[in-house]
Amino acid sequence: MTTSAETPTAAVTLKSRHLLGIAGLDADEISLILDTAEAMKEIGGRAIKKVPTLRGRTVVNLFFEPSTRTRTSFEIAEKRLSADTLSIATATSSVTKGESLLDTVRNIEAMSPDMIVMRHSSSGAPHLLARTCRSTIINAGDGMHEHPTQALLDAFTIREHKRRLAGLKIAIVGDLLHSRVLRSNVALLNTMGAHVWTSAPATLMPSHLSDFGVRATTSVDEAVEGADVVMMLRIQHERMHGHYIPSLREYFTMFGLTPERMRRAAPDAIVMHPGPMNRGVEIDSAVADGPFSVILEQVSNGVAVRMAVLYLLSGRDSVDPLDVH
Amino acid sequence: MPLVMDADRMGRALTRISHEILERNRGVDEIALVGIRTRGVPLARRISRSLHEINGDDVPTGALDITLYRDDLMRHPVGPQPVVRRTEIPFSIDDRKILLVDDVLYTGRTIRAALDALIDFGRPQAIQLVVLVDRGHRELPIKADYVGKNLPTSLKQSVQVHLQEIDGKDEVLIEGEA
Repeated sequence: MTTSAETPTAAVTLKSRHLLGIAGLDADEISLILDTAEAMKEIGGRAIKKVPTLRGRTVVNLFFEPSTRTRTSFEIAEKRLSADTLSIATATSSVTKGESLLDTVRNIEAMSPDMIVMRHSSSGAPHLLARTCRSTIINAGDGMHEHPTQALLDAFTIREHKRRLAGLKIAIVGDLLHSRVLRSNVALLNTMGAHVWTSAPATLMPSHLSDFGVRATTSVDEAVEGADVVMMLRIQHERMHGHYIPSLREYFTMFGLTPERMRRAAPDAIVMHPGPMNRGVEIDSAVADGPFSVILEQVSNGVAVRMAVLYLLSGRDSVDPLDVH
Repeated sequence: MPLVMDADRMGRALTRISHEILERNRGVDEIALVGIRTRGVPLARRISRSLHEINGDDVPTGALDITLYRDDLMRHPVGPQPVVRRTEIPFSIDDRKILLVDDVLYTGRTIRAALDALIDFGRPQAIQLVVLVDRGHRELPIKADYVGKNLPTSLKQSVQVHLQEIDGKDEVLIEGEA
């Protein structure tokens, strides 16, 4: 716009027009999202927290699973970019009347939204939509599979504190088996060259973890030893259909993050949790509210990261439904 | 590629602009500089230094990224989005005279976007426009208040501004057939 007809464009760009998972993103794409999020974060500090970028675009937030944090975060991000947004929660939708997922989405698509942000309890649901829909699909969590924007905001928060991701020791502790946050984080942190350690009771440890280049141990102390980042995962009562742990109190004793355990971590370590937290189950209140905790920063950063994703995907308007990746 | 401005002429142009700013605004009280990314930012810093040398006062200086305000952003059917960089305006623009600084004034669309962006930060007393080169061909009713050099060009030509801070060299070049 300034010197000639040429317009400055990104050196790298997102290859897919959807964000279905971290798997499939390379290091340049991840860095592009995180760098863009840095610029987006400044907008949240202004008196008028709004830019006109997505004016006239319609974004539908389709949540088939309860969510407060992620849905609010997406809604705020969309509004800060001036998109028209609406949120549909399953409790109030035709899904309760027996409509199938594809029929629900086809009906929404008939009203021409540009993007659909979707959370579903079935792994792969957003991938199914991406194959059949004209809209851009953003995965806001699918079953036990992926939660890409959570991993991106975690990485953004780590980078703000440590200035890098490569070479850091990152301990992820908790219900690994049911966690989509774990899967997305492992994919991202591996791509960016961090060393991931995981710890959980044997019953909550996925069998294939070592295939992903992750160190797995049932000793929390070993995982936390010298860690730059300690990421706690929630015990997901709602996904536990068997007896995985003897009792919550025993779990806290064996795996809960206490101030004593935190002393093993690096002196400048940070403590993270994707929320919602079970205080006194996976994390001691003294740690959750303590000086190492960046848990509320994660929530703030979530808005900036989601703005970056919405912006970067909004330029990719391909209408060929077969163009999945 | 014909050279239309070398480091000496660029330095003199910026010094002259600084004097014009002081004359027109009767000093630097209430003034702040905002450079448009990318090359408006080092130019704003240089003018700030120059004002300090002449007058001894420090003028607050910020950086504005206009990407999210561009009018051509969502008009390309497919393609990469332009890179968004940080806007840094660490002072209130309310009731100040803002000197908006850019390297080349061409269609005026960048300045239109910058005016929209600035107004989201507050209500300045006035906004004045400083450009190193005015190459003509305006598509919007926008005019610069301070111009380093008026450079008549054809639409086929492109004007390249290189700055020490970014490109390692101060020069203005003109490319293509007249």
